[in-house]
Amino acid sequence: MDRVPERLRIRYTKRGRIRYTSQRDMARIIERGLRRSRLPIAQSQGFSPRPLLAFSLALPTGCESLAEYIDLRFAEGGGAGFAAIADPEAGSDGAAYVARALQSTMPEGIEVVSAGVLTGAEGSLQEQVTSCDWVLEVIGMGADQLSERVGTLLEHDQVLVERVRKGRKAEDNLRPSIVTLFHRGSGSTPGTQRIEAVLSTKPRGVRPVELLEGIDPSLRLVRGTRTGQYETVDGERYEPLSPLGLVRAPAVAVGAQGR
Amino acid sequence: MTSVFEQLEPLLFSVEKPARYVGGELGSQEPEHGPGIVSWLLAYPDTYEIGLPNQGLQILYEILNERSDAAAERTYAPWHDLEKLMRDEGIPLFSVESHKPAHEFHVIAFNLSAELTYTNLLNMVDLAGIAVRTEDRGPNDAVIIAGGHCTYNPEPLGDFLDAAVLGDGEEVVSEINEAVAAWLALEEPQRSRRALHRLLSDVEGVYVPSLYQPVYEGPIQIGLERVADWVPDRIEKRSVMDLGEWPYPKQQLVPLIEVVHDRLNVEVFRGCTRGCRFCQAGMITRPVRERPAEQVIEMVQRGIERTGYDEVALTSLSTADFSGIESVVAAVVDNECNAGRVSVSLPSLRVDAFTVGTAAKIQQVKRTGLTFAPEGGTWRMRRVINKLITDDDLYAAVDAAFSQGWRRVKLYFLIGLPSERDEDVLGIAELGRRCVEIGRKYHQTVTVTASVGGFVPKPQTPFQWHAQDSGEELQRKISMLRAKAHETRGLTIRWHEPRASVAEALMSRGDRRMGAVIEDVWRQGGIFQEWGEFFDLGRFEAAMDRAGLKVEDVTTRQRSVDEVLPWDHLSAGLHKDFLVAEYQDALGELGVEDCRWTPCYDCGACTSLGLEHHVASTVPPAGGSQGTGQGIDLSVPVSVGAKPN
Repeated sequence: MDRVPERLRIRYTKRGRIRYTSQRDMARIIERGLRRSRLPIAQSQGFSPRPLLAFSLALPTGCESLAEYIDLRFAEGGGAGFAAIADPEAGSDGAAYVARALQSTMPEGIEVVSAGVLTGAEGSLQEQVTSCDWVLEVIGMGADQLSERVGTLLEHDQVLVERVRKGRKAEDNLRPSIVTLFHRGSGSTPGTQRIEAVLSTKPRGVRPVELLEGIDPSLRLVRGTRTGQYETVDGERYEPLSPLGLVRAPAVAVGAQGR
Repeated sequence: MTSVFEQLEPLLFSVEKPARYVGGELGSQEPEHGPGIVSWLLAYPDTYEIGLPNQGLQILYEILNERSDAAAERTYAPWHDLEKLMRDEGIPLFSVESHKPAHEFHVIAFNLSAELTYTNLLNMVDLAGIAVRTEDRGPNDAVIIAGGHCTYNPEPLGDFLDAAVLGDGEEVVSEINEAVAAWLALEEPQRSRRALHRLLSDVEGVYVPSLYQPVYEGPIQIGLERVADWVPDRIEKRSVMDLGEWPYPKQQLVPLIEVVHDRLNVEVFRGCTRGCRFCQAGMITRPVRERPAEQVIEMVQRGIERTGYDEVALTSLSTADFSGIESVVAAVVDNECNAGRVSVSLPSLRVDAFTVGTAAKIQQVKRTGLTFAPEGGTWRMRRVINKLITDDDLYAAVDAAFSQGWRRVKLYFLIGLPSERDEDVLGIAELGRRCVEIGRKYHQTVTVTASVGGFVPKPQTPFQWHAQDSGEELQRKISMLRAKAHETRGLTIRWHEPRASVAEALMSRGDRRMGAVIEDVWRQGGIFQEWGEFFDLGRFEAAMDRAGLKVEDVTTRQRSVDEVLPWDHLSAGLHKDFLVAEYQDALGELGVEDCRWTPCYDCGACTSLGLEHHVASTVPPAGGSQGTGQGIDLSVPVSVGAKPN
């Protein structure tokens, strides 16, 4: 078995009933899972040590995802911890081993898709990820009207939504964060319309319900799926972790898969 | 089998904490339902976060699902937002596992741990589409039963429950399963409600209110008539004598969202014989029955590996008294697998320096706050309630806590106790002041919080006859105490809403006529009354009025010891003589020792179980038996000792 890598990036999905948990809940579920797996995760210093984990942009409670990421840091000398629990038959690399160990402790709906070793040059997920792909199934409006509203929105350079910040109402312009927006006919859930969008995380992340409010306040989200998270290098979008590790690969269009 | 999930799913985007309603916990089961299987819906009448950790329900969940002729799922009270949507859309109460409608279960079994949840019970039965009153239910309606500490006076819910169960549920739950199976096997018209009630009343420990008719004279209940000769005239509680035979829960539920007591819980003993006279839990759960230390260690270790929790609570009414406490703590703390990351918590700390030492040993990392419960502000008051902690015991414990790194100490007190004088209430501020002073020896800033609750004289305790302080009197005492405590920087007073203590007294001390009041409060929208922002005593007062009843008759009226009490026919094993003698000794400021380490004073708990004096462990707990009256210099003006009875 290979030496245990110091830092790993894991990609996982969050689908089905587990989507009703919040980002904080997910952090706790993963922390408990890591303790059950006995993987030697590094701990923070101080009065109440926490495992050193870093998540990507928070997924809104109720939304599903095909591409969530988490960075793990292993304790120095963690190799001994692995050796005690490793399956000598497996003969696979450390990243795959960790992925399997974590998967075995995850609740239904969480699927560990891939894992790759971090070199340390990547920066944090929060810095690295610049855009997310979304598939939204909505109700509240007929197909024709929705197409028209989407078209109108794209023609404007201001899309204002109200939001409360520190107890004060403020208006935010979402338009700079809306990279692409399409109405794609009916959704897989009966009675819904399907919207696909690429939303930039800069200057600020736009939540799906905010986008819908920006299109038309009568829209209601029935099902929302984050289908991808990407970084941008020289104008091209890349997944922060390809199935082959951290080899950069052009982004592929991932559709919302039916359940 | 039907599921409401498809109807429910679109609503979940618009409610708070939707994960409350989707199940999926580690340890959750989806048992098969079908012919020959009695299906149970185990219900907690408050939110998911409060109800999920309930150990009683989790134990029954596993025991039932291990049976081939039973299947159990769970439900909790939906929060206001979802309830409104459910009523709008016609979605009935459902189980969190398979989302089966509640009315498709044979039995809906509630845990009752707090009186102010009673209106939620009615709301949940109604939301299930089932008639709330027993008399309106037919042969195809679910059996509505309840267990838990509140059922030692189930009369206020007597109109709504098919049956109330007294005591430990481990064994009786299977007997109830068989009784319900026998009833379900009957053909109509034999399968009547009365037939159900007769079958249930044959099970020891099960009380069927509809078989009894209370007789009143003005505000007082003067008797109880049985509807037939075969109806038992007295119901004895059930007790499991060997906890070692019941290592449950084996698969504690690990929820997806944060809940109260979110940690591994392992029960180390049941019962308590310290004899605090205000404490209903201590009176109704006698005698003390310990779990073998080796089993505790195994349950802790297995539980940690299975759940991934990094905290385990060793639960009981007074964990420091567990005879195996040192070996268990050592085993958990020293286990290499836990890598020094598992913390042990003792939810009920004894007030002495030794216990603090134990707490220090196991809380190497987080030393945030420690909690003690002296309960009474003066030594006189504590003699009355038989919580025999001297001022010096408390100061030594607090000194130990501050000297070993803690900076926050919380003290629990009751006010409105029998024979209480203003000086006893002000004594709380004085104890607090001294504790702050002790803390300042070690730290620049310390916080001492005195948390004050209004005393509710509970059924089946020596104070069951005692007049409760009125809400106004409790409020006066709180104000007086706050003014006094204000003089000490670093001392904070927190208090329980006195009006809630009044409502609790109505629900816990009332007779069956409270049923109309509970139903009225519920119909006026009074649910989630445990939640301060929704509690409204006005609703209870108006409902009492409409029912032609007076609040004072239930709360502040002194009852004589020969008065019929609404719960007289329900037995926690205690002799009435014992309770009377304890009440008189309390007023005479006379303490009584813990019978684990002193001769029996015949409270009745053991003999009613057909046992001689049952001693869980003859070994006094590590560090001595502080607070139980042992080793107290008898030259202090109090006489302590085993009573000749």
